[in-house]
Amino acid sequence: MGQITLVDVQKSFGPVHIIKGADLDISDGSFVVFVGPSGCGKTTLLRLIAGLEDVSGGKILIDGKNVVDTPPAKRGLSMVFQSYALYPHMSVRGNIGFGLKMAGLAKDEINRKVEAAAATLNLTPYLDRKPRELSGGQRQRVAIGRAIVREPKAFLFDEPLSNLDAALRVQMRLEVTRLQKQLGTTAIYVTHDQVEAMTMADKIVVLNGGKIEQYGSPLELYERPNNLFVAGFIGSPKMNFVTGEHAQQQGAITIGVRPEHLKIERGGTTGWPGTISVAEHLGSDTFLYVDGGPLGMLTARYIGELSLNPGDKVSLTPEPNRIHRFDGSGNAIRA
Amino acid sequence: MARMATTQKVVVSTIGAWLAGFLIFFPILWMVLASFKTELEAFAIPPSFLFFHWTTENYATVQERSDYLHHAMNSIIIAGGSTLIALLIAIPAAWSMAFSPTKRTKDILLWMLSTKMMPPVGVLVPIYLIYKTFGLLDSRIGLVFILCLGNLPIVIWMLFTYFKEIPRDILEAARMDGATIGRELVYVLTPMAIPGLASTMLLNLILAWNEAFWTLNLSTSYAAPLTTFIASYSSPEGLFWAKLSSASTLAIAPILVLGWFSQKQLVRGLTFGAVK
Repeated sequence: MGQITLVDVQKSFGPVHIIKGADLDISDGSFVVFVGPSGCGKTTLLRLIAGLEDVSGGKILIDGKNVVDTPPAKRGLSMVFQSYALYPHMSVRGNIGFGLKMAGLAKDEINRKVEAAAATLNLTPYLDRKPRELSGGQRQRVAIGRAIVREPKAFLFDEPLSNLDAALRVQMRLEVTRLQKQLGTTAIYVTHDQVEAMTMADKIVVLNGGKIEQYGSPLELYERPNNLFVAGFIGSPKMNFVTGEHAQQQGAITIGVRPEHLKIERGGTTGWPGTISVAEHLGSDTFLYVDGGPLGMLTARYIGELSLNPGDKVSLTPEPNRIHRFDGSGNAIRA
Repeated sequence: MARMATTQKVVVSTIGAWLAGFLIFFPILWMVLASFKTELEAFAIPPSFLFFHWTTENYATVQERSDYLHHAMNSIIIAGGSTLIALLIAIPAAWSMAFSPTKRTKDILLWMLSTKMMPPVGVLVPIYLIYKTFGLLDSRIGLVFILCLGNLPIVIWMLFTYFKEIPRDILEAARMDGATIGRELVYVLTPMAIPGLASTMLLNLILAWNEAFWTLNLSTSYAAPLTTFIASYSSPEGLFWAKLSSASTLAIAPILVLGWFSQKQLVRGLTFGAVK
């Protein structure tokens, strides 16, 4: 079991409030991603759950038991660090088996479990090497092996892929997701990369300035963002925001339209007129950065190739049922 | 052409480096040579370099007149003891400052270093009087104590910089892996800190071995280490160059051997952990 519940969790360092009251319910076996800009408190929240930081207020329940006074070693969680944090003086075998050794397991049982974990992660040939003799991807695997071998209640991942190159990151992303599904262990994963969040999560927690802005499935966040921050943070390229007359027509202070929900017409007159300032042709997609005059810069996405060039006049029409409306304080207006 | 120039440069700088090295080493070599001369040859003008009457009589006289082994033993006890106590105090101090620093940690470190900037002679009289009152003059424990205090700032600083290099994440990983503070210390921290501990220990041993100000002023015979042993050969009746040289050679020999075998660690130690 690995059900984790946060009740009004707070953390401050001196006068600075890092976490301003977080409530969260993470069900057993789910993959939850904390995402947000740097300094939003996502890593702090993870460290509070791990027990590496003490809460300033509130409760953290693991399987119904309040653990705020339990040291990290006794919480039954395992963690994968951004820096891998492997023990440099131990072999891969020693690294993976360290937690089991601390738990007082018999030697052959440790060996059996370490070898099984190593096999899952394709680390068998490297068991007797030291961390410094491994590549970045292999070190990351060892760190993951160290986490899974203990069969914890939950895995905590602190930006584990950010030190890898782009290609390896995509591959490891898949592996981590697959492994988590296969083991069925609860996972909390911290990242600032919203693509990682969207692709890996069952549920995403969007954090901003120490507060949970929204908690929901990736598509919920994409389709029904609670506020301007979530709307702007989830989705790539970013949602376009328009204020003024066009927003008022919709009964809102700000309206938001995703680039992929703008219909592009060459020289048309029906929608929002503008001039292309940059056109990115990827083959599969075309991204247009349009100077919309009083509307500001707008981004539009077309699936497939659209032969338009900088300087061309276009008009952009938002799909009517894809317009997000926000009030003066930035909260979504739901019909 | 360019290639030849670089070869030439290499040859010139190699010869230059050897010359400089020889120049620096020369006084020690001269001392060793003088220790095998007779007293007359030792200050003969012009001096004879290698072609003199080689003799070991100085060594025999020195051992006979002032028991070398007794002083060597004192040196070992004083240097070893002060190093050991300094480490016992410095490890927890550096540990807590490196891993749970407070607002004042920097100030404390600087304050400790500042005590090394004070000339020791400035406190000679008060210390001497305190030692006299407590009967610590010419006692091993007294010398252990003063050398330990003298070197403590440096030991703490060195260990602090070494501990600082150990990534926090690794300690936290051990905590997540279920290690208690004690086991974290034994299985993770100590093995990672061993190179730092070793070079700190080594440097401190050498500093304590060579320390002459306090040892000369606070000891005479019973607790006197090798520094006092050497100094006893520059007496009011005149200098005995050959005997002084053989005493000095005997005094520096152990530390020279130790330094030779631990050069690598020492260089690390002297760079205060800056170079990995």
